[in-house]
Amino acid sequence: MASLDDLKKRITSVKSTQKITKAMKMVAAAKLKRAQDSAEKGRPYSQKMNNIILNLSGGISDNNNAPKLLSGTGNDQIHLCVIMTSDRGLCGGFNANIIKKAKSYFSKLKKESKELKIITVGSKGNDQLKRVYGDKIIENISFKDSKNANYFDAEKVGKIIIERFEKEEFDICTIFYNQFKNVITQIPQAQQIIPLNTENNDENKSEESYEFEPDEDEILSNLLPKNISTQIFKAMLENAASEQGARMSAMDNATRNAGEMVDKLTIEYNRSRQAAITKELIEIISGAESL
Amino acid sequence: MSEEFKVEIVNPDKSFLSKEDVQEVVVPAFEGDMGILKDHISIISFLKPGILRINAKSAEEEYYIEDGIIEFKDNCLSVLTSFIVSLKQIKKNKIQELLKAAEEESNKSEINDQTKYLLDQKIEVLRSIN
Repeated sequence: MASLDDLKKRITSVKSTQKITKAMKMVAAAKLKRAQDSAEKGRPYSQKMNNIILNLSGGISDNNNAPKLLSGTGNDQIHLCVIMTSDRGLCGGFNANIIKKAKSYFSKLKKESKELKIITVGSKGNDQLKRVYGDKIIENISFKDSKNANYFDAEKVGKIIIERFEKEEFDICTIFYNQFKNVITQIPQAQQIIPLNTENNDENKSEESYEFEPDEDEILSNLLPKNISTQIFKAMLENAASEQGARMSAMDNATRNAGEMVDKLTIEYNRSRQAAITKELIEIISGAESL
Repeated sequence: MSEEFKVEIVNPDKSFLSKEDVQEVVVPAFEGDMGILKDHISIISFLKPGILRINAKSAEEEYYIEDGIIEFKDNCLSVLTSFIVSLKQIKKNKIQELLKAAEEESNKSEINDQTKYLLDQKIEVLRSIN
């Protein structure tokens, strides 16, 4: 059994860890509120954008002439996966869940013998993927310096993707991120952004006919690159909220576990202190008896 | 019957402005300025850098807008833009900053015709409000 001194040291160390996790939980809670707000505020833009694109793509008469960002290159050989993770750790299963989702997608691609390319956004994803998929990672983007998710960062990522698409480096692009459902639940998502998936959104499509100025094709070719940035921005906002949520619940758990541990250690400490006293008494009594 | 309709201006990260009592909006559409009144036909168009003017009952406002898409439907005009700022609030040195950046950009050789056109528009507008 550990000596009294050792136990005391352990209790203090667990207590100070608890202080840290508690503080981190508070910080995450405050940040979560802000991230959640901005995620909610960002929704109208991406929704409206989506609606407009749906209306536009419905209006396109000739599918062969449709912009490639919408209709695809006609191939599905080379897949680009954009893995969006956080830059910081200590947020529970947040990053691990995205990576797990992505890895199962990768192995599916491998089975179908498709070619895989990866862009990681956020350093944690890069750290986890580079060991196994290091040769597949073509770019690593990190926004450690920007405090909150902002549109200019999203635009940067969007531009990189579109540039590579125009150079025909890939056929299909999928982004991976965590969708924020509530504080304890974040759902890892895989969303295909190139070519744009318009089929399963049919129920939102309005029957109304629009006038277009200039014509559909031209608007679409201007709009689609913007839509990519918008989708990425949406993913970034969802990710930011999810990250704080995941960190909050992880730190809450850690604080609770530390509390349990302190209790357990305190009981052990008291017991061994009592045992030491009893032992001393027995020694004194038996010493007195032997006289 | 009232001659008013609704305008919503949305940024990627927030809702910028929402007004119910608008009588006319002039938007800098890609193919020239376009005035929109109540009961306009449903239209989708995109914008070039320019001045967006809102004539509302309560006030007349002007904004500098850099890009965007507009959708008019059921007497509701939605403007999606990544950069918009009120002319009253924009500062002189901010305009100059934007102007300088645009001029530098347009002097680059590798840009295509459409980007060049948009940049020229931007420079012109910025000079006019400077």
